[in-house]
Amino acid sequence: MMLNGAEILTNSLIEEGVEYIFGFPGGAVLHIYDALNAQDKMTHVLVRHEQGAAHAADGYARASGKPGVVLVTSGPGITNAVTGIATAYMDSIPMVIISGQVPSPLIGNDAFQEVDAVGITRSCVKHNFLIKDISQIAVTLKKAFHIATTGRPGPVLIDIPKDITIGLSENQVYPNTIDLRSYKPHNDIDKEQINKAVESIISSTKPIVYSGGGSVIGNAASELRKLTRDLGLPITQTLMGLGAYPANDELSLGMLGMHGTYEANMAMHHSDCVIAVGARFDDRVTANIEKFCPNAEIIQLDIDPTSIGKNVAVDIALVGDVKATLKELIRALNGRSKSDISKWWSQINDWRKKKSLDYKKEEGVIKPQTVIETLYDVTKGEAIVTSDVGQHQMWAAQYYLFDEPRRWINSGGLGTMGFGLPAAMGAKLAVPDRDVACVTGEGSIQMMLQELSTMLQYSTPVKIVNLNNRYLGMVRQWQEFFYEKRYSMSYMDALPDFVKLAESFGHVGILVEKESDLRPALVEAFKLKDRTVFLDIITDQKENVYPMIPSGAGHHEMLLAGEDDMVSTNDEGLNLV
Amino acid sequence: MRHIVSIMLENESGALSRVAGLFSARGFNIESLNVAPTNDETLSRMTIVSIGDDNIIEQIVKQLNKLVDVVTATDLTSYEHIERELMLVKLSINQDNQADIIKQIDYFSGKIVDASEDTYTIELAGQSKSLDAFIELLDESLIIEVSRTGVTGVLKGTNNN
Ligand SMILES: Cc1cc2nc3c(=O)[nH]c(=O)nc-3n(C[C@H](O)[C@H](O)[C@H](O)COP(=O)(O)OP(=O)(O)OC[C@H]3O[C@@H](n4cnc5c(N)ncnc54)[C@H](O)[C@@H]3O)c2cc1C
Ligand SMILES: Cc1ncc(C[n+]2csc(CCOP(=O)(O)OP(=O)(O)O)c2C)c(N)n1
Ligand SMILES: [Mg+2]
Repeated sequence: MMLNGAEILTNSLIEEGVEYIFGFPGGAVLHIYDALNAQDKMTHVLVRHEQGAAHAADGYARASGKPGVVLVTSGPGITNAVTGIATAYMDSIPMVIISGQVPSPLIGNDAFQEVDAVGITRSCVKHNFLIKDISQIAVTLKKAFHIATTGRPGPVLIDIPKDITIGLSENQVYPNTIDLRSYKPHNDIDKEQINKAVESIISSTKPIVYSGGGSVIGNAASELRKLTRDLGLPITQTLMGLGAYPANDELSLGMLGMHGTYEANMAMHHSDCVIAVGARFDDRVTANIEKFCPNAEIIQLDIDPTSIGKNVAVDIALVGDVKATLKELIRALNGRSKSDISKWWSQINDWRKKKSLDYKKEEGVIKPQTVIETLYDVTKGEAIVTSDVGQHQMWAAQYYLFDEPRRWINSGGLGTMGFGLPAAMGAKLAVPDRDVACVTGEGSIQMMLQELSTMLQYSTPVKIVNLNNRYLGMVRQWQEFFYEKRYSMSYMDALPDFVKLAESFGHVGILVEKESDLRPALVEAFKLKDRTVFLDIITDQKENVYPMIPSGAGHHEMLLAGEDDMVSTNDEGLNLV
Repeated sequence: MRHIVSIMLENESGALSRVAGLFSARGFNIESLNVAPTNDETLSRMTIVSIGDDNIIEQIVKQLNKLVDVVTATDLTSYEHIERELMLVKLSINQDNQADIIKQIDYFSGKIVDASEDTYTIELAGQSKSLDAFIELLDESLIIEVSRTGVTGVLKGTNNN
């Protein structure tokens, strides 16, 4: 049977098991939209901005573990999506983006709505393709899904010229599997390295597990828990790893890094054996690299060899999938007697006594931390929480105690304001039975507000928790600390009335100005099961995120709330972001 | 340290820009880059000379291997290997210097591949450092232009990459 390219493309997507496509039409993809119209296996979600499509697909992928799918037109369609693609790339999220392209004969002629999509996205995708021959459609789609979802996942773009979608071809069988000679994710386990790791762990008197996004991406929560509990190890997690190990567990020290807990950072600093699991030693985590873990032997488990030894010299490298490698490590450790670490624990428990996440309530203002604590209470800790970028993101990470993976969805690597709302929509589609909250700030939410409209059309009820401090708070905090309180452009005047705004989009809006109204408002919002509710919560304008490692300092040089008023940094610190 | 990295690359459009883009995006330096087809028509070989400490070269090789179009990437310098480069040099000649130049060409086993009344174009192949030496021995004012291919190389003996 002869089919056109667009039909072969949509059939391939159906064969791949795609449920949702997040997209926006335009000239170069009209044939594809025509083919989509003729099928009913997949739902196309019509976003209001292509960046929203990529973030929504990303939220869907993070919540479900399945690849997100994006469809955009050529030119401005794909350029709008780039921020969302880069966001997924930085956090290793599986995604397949299909972009229309001008007809093949016009490529290179500065045709209407032509951009070099492959060139523009090259540095923020795992791989990309330009389809030049109609016979390659099914096989290219298979390659794209294979590359996006295996090894270290990431976005893969397919650019498809319009003439290829129009042309006719014999039906193409969608391959079940594919083998690429130039792409072989690492999946054998080096026994010798495992043995070295075992010796290092059992002889350590101050061990710590440092787990990251890889434990979530690699679905290794149960192995991570087993390893940690079998040995009674203290564990700290990165912003991206939260939930893989339960935050409420007694072995958990909370998050580490710039805004991590005192006990987590002190334990890293004094440890003699750091077991890094799917974590990439990001600069937000290591702080001043010269002062990082001065006494530790470092064991790193990661599927991507380039993550190993990139920022920090590693003593024992375990290259491979986190789940399989942890299993092997657990097996090899089984029955081995280890050093007594009770002294280490009493030291850690002393650090815990600092209670670095304590904060002072003030009469008459709502503390942002209280909002997150109340959100946690009202949702019994069981919601999926997405966030935007800024102070509110840090408070959500610190005060919502995630006990399961794939519940905490945020942009860590790129730090993209505007991520939270569309990601919440994608997450709600992926897990419709679970409550979804989007913790945001009045700055971030305005970057993707238009998606409120999409959320009405596709009935994705989300509770938006807007920590409205009338400041680009994270910027204001840095200006307070490092620029002598010169608040250049961090105050936003003329904010919209968010309640009316939400109502105009067909949703419910609630303004919360008093702490006594906070809990009732949240309770009411979550009772409205099938409505999107925008909670505009007027919070303390000048609250800062603590604890904090100022730029240029080490893990042991944290700044705690109430202890130090003024922070200083050196020139080297100011150079950092 | 100077390293020669040899890359077997899928002969796909855009593959070259992926490699070049990787070097510029990650701030790795390129001393020379050479790319051409191989006996397998689906593969090209690219040879890059880069200067960096061992950690940087290790990252370069890992990052290259991570590119989907790269089949293999090998640091030839960490094995026994052969390296060669080809150079064309155009010189102005006159009666005073002609004899000396011909001596120098012979000494370096070069060839005059084009000659005009006032110029010689010389072809020279060898290790890059001997090409450098050839240039250094010349009176700079005589050099009209130099075109070098950049290094290419293979492993010695039965090994390949
Ligand atoms: C305002 C702001 C403040 C921040 N402050 C902090 C902070 O205080 N603390 C903090 O931790 N972060 C902070 N971040 C986040 C930070 O920028 C990084 O995104 C984060 O630290 C990276 O987390 P990760 O190391 O877990 O790596 P990820 O980016 O999650 O990377 C995952 C790693 O796991 C590997 N991997 C993937 N899949 C597998 C698998 N199947 N098997 C094995 N390995 C796998 C990957 O190769 C990669 O190396 C902040 C971000 C923002 C925007
Ligand atoms: C797209 C984008 N632009 C700029 C920034 C830099 N930035 C980081 S946090 C922040 C302020 C965010 O303000 P808001 O959303 O109100 O959150 P708050 O910090 O006040 O909680 C800015 C501007 C960013 N992360 N993303
Ligand atoms: Mg704000």
